[in-house]
Amino acid sequence: MTDQTTAGPVASDPAAPAPTDGAAPAWRRVASQTAFETRMILRNGEQLLVTIILPVMLLVGLARTSFIDLDTQGYSRIDFVTPGVLALAVMSTAFTSQAIATAFDRRNGVLRLLSTTPLGRGGLLAGKILGVLAVEVVQVVVLGGVALALGWSPDPAGILPALLAVLLGTAAFTSLALLLAGTLRAEGVLAVANLLLVLLTVAGGVLVPASQLPGALEQVALLLPSGALGEAMRGALLLGEVPAFSVVVLLGWTAALGWGAGKLFRWH
Amino acid sequence: MPDSPAVVLQDVVKRYDGRAVVDHLSLTASRGAVTAVLGPNGAGKTTTIECCEGLRAPDEGSVQVLGLDPLLNARDLRPRVGVMLQDGGLPTGVRALEMLHHVASMYANPRDVAEITERLGLASFARTTVRRLSGGQRQRLALAAAIVGRPEVVFLDEPSAGMDPQSRHAVWELVRELRADGVGIVLTTHLMDEAEDLADHVYIVDHGQVIASGATSELLHAGPSADGNRTLRLEAREGLDTGALRKRVESGPTTSPASAWTVTETQPGSYSVTGPVDPSTVALVTAWLADEGALASRLTIGRRTLEDVFLDLTGRELR
Repeated sequence: MTDQTTAGPVASDPAAPAPTDGAAPAWRRVASQTAFETRMILRNGEQLLVTIILPVMLLVGLARTSFIDLDTQGYSRIDFVTPGVLALAVMSTAFTSQAIATAFDRRNGVLRLLSTTPLGRGGLLAGKILGVLAVEVVQVVVLGGVALALGWSPDPAGILPALLAVLLGTAAFTSLALLLAGTLRAEGVLAVANLLLVLLTVAGGVLVPASQLPGALEQVALLLPSGALGEAMRGALLLGEVPAFSVVVLLGWTAALGWGAGKLFRWH
Repeated sequence: MPDSPAVVLQDVVKRYDGRAVVDHLSLTASRGAVTAVLGPNGAGKTTTIECCEGLRAPDEGSVQVLGLDPLLNARDLRPRVGVMLQDGGLPTGVRALEMLHHVASMYANPRDVAEITERLGLASFARTTVRRLSGGQRQRLALAAAIVGRPEVVFLDEPSAGMDPQSRHAVWELVRELRADGVGIVLTTHLMDEAEDLADHVYIVDHGQVIASGATSELLHAGPSADGNRTLRLEAREGLDTGALRKRVESGPTTSPASAWTVTETQPGSYSVTGPVDPSTVALVTAWLADEGALASRLTIGRRTLEDVFLDLTGRELR
């Protein structure tokens, strides 16, 4: 089938079938897609605003000014605020940014085109998730650096649990992003993803602990993925351990949303 | 299966909300040949090709690409099949050449990106983001992405939509070259000249069904039919007296009965004369034109355009 005697010199025969299996190795395809997704997010001005600039502004604003009255439960403002801002950063990347990017890629046929290349649907999904994690690394480095410069002193025993919480939150919110992106029109996703981010940040137990929310909102926030992630981050970085309840809530949301996205995602 | 045809569709049915968009459609496309699926918008062309690309699952019938099932054998087929979607499938925030390099990175032995860039004239907008490309530029980039992996089969959905004549020429040249290299090319189009100039084989599709198919030359150069009739077609001013034309051709020297002739104005300004057309018929027709004071802008015998074929089959214009 790959008879070189009839194929002629390779240089003059650029369309001849490759002698080996035509696909690049799977790790290289996924690595390439990860780098591509990461560049797309970090280069997009609006995405950068939501994922990096707003969280930094929020961090500095909450730590350094007292426009917003916070009950810091005896902790310094920066120690109290940083875990919540990190939770918000995870939500902005895993949920808002990813939902919008995927929705427009779906509308523009990008998902369909890439799924016909050797990357396939599995590689595309892997590249998206790894791209989210790569952006989160940038966020953690930037936000952590700013927080440390502002005097943040996290509980060292809580660093690993906090990273675990980031992974769990990423899983839950990426699932939600894909569920929205795969079922709603791109413009609808744009609106819902931004609105949900604001609502969950303000009233979903992200920046303000659920225990400080009024009335029944406290119980609701604890059951939301946002509240669970906020509690998990605060638990890890203030007390050195993630509450088991938050872990269960995040795993539950991941299972439900992931199942929904798998069932309902439309490629067209 | 190195010798299996590029694509074989058998009795494929695809329904949306119970309505058959593709309705028992069968089609075969060879390697080293260009196969055109021609039809008006909404005929089911894109859905048909999406079934071949593994993007849609047919409700009935079978699809084979290079002897493999596009859904079950997707992993094996992806490196061997190139796809150009109708809506491009290009992310808007990426630069043109960056996208091409990215798609190339999915293959073990891709074509030289610089060579494709040169061939398709992508250099002038290599660093422009997709968002700011013209329709024709996007199409050329999408075509480049479809062939960068050295596919054995290429699916092109409306490849020259939105292209200027020069770009179209470049695209057609490239398609001919792929064919010469043994690649099987399946393209959809609603452009007559594209199918006529490029395709070896044409499937005319309407309402999800193949209404005519054959080698392009067979469809176009229809010689005398079994009963010895030929068709003369002419274009002139609309509303000319076809009754007078009929009397003229009936008075000719042929021995056939008058009933052998059919004279119609198929659409305003397009006339067809079917019967035992011979050289004297042409003289009679031009004499009739002189009577009417009308000048023919086109007069052909036997050679049909695909537009004629479609019109004859459906009574409708393609565009």
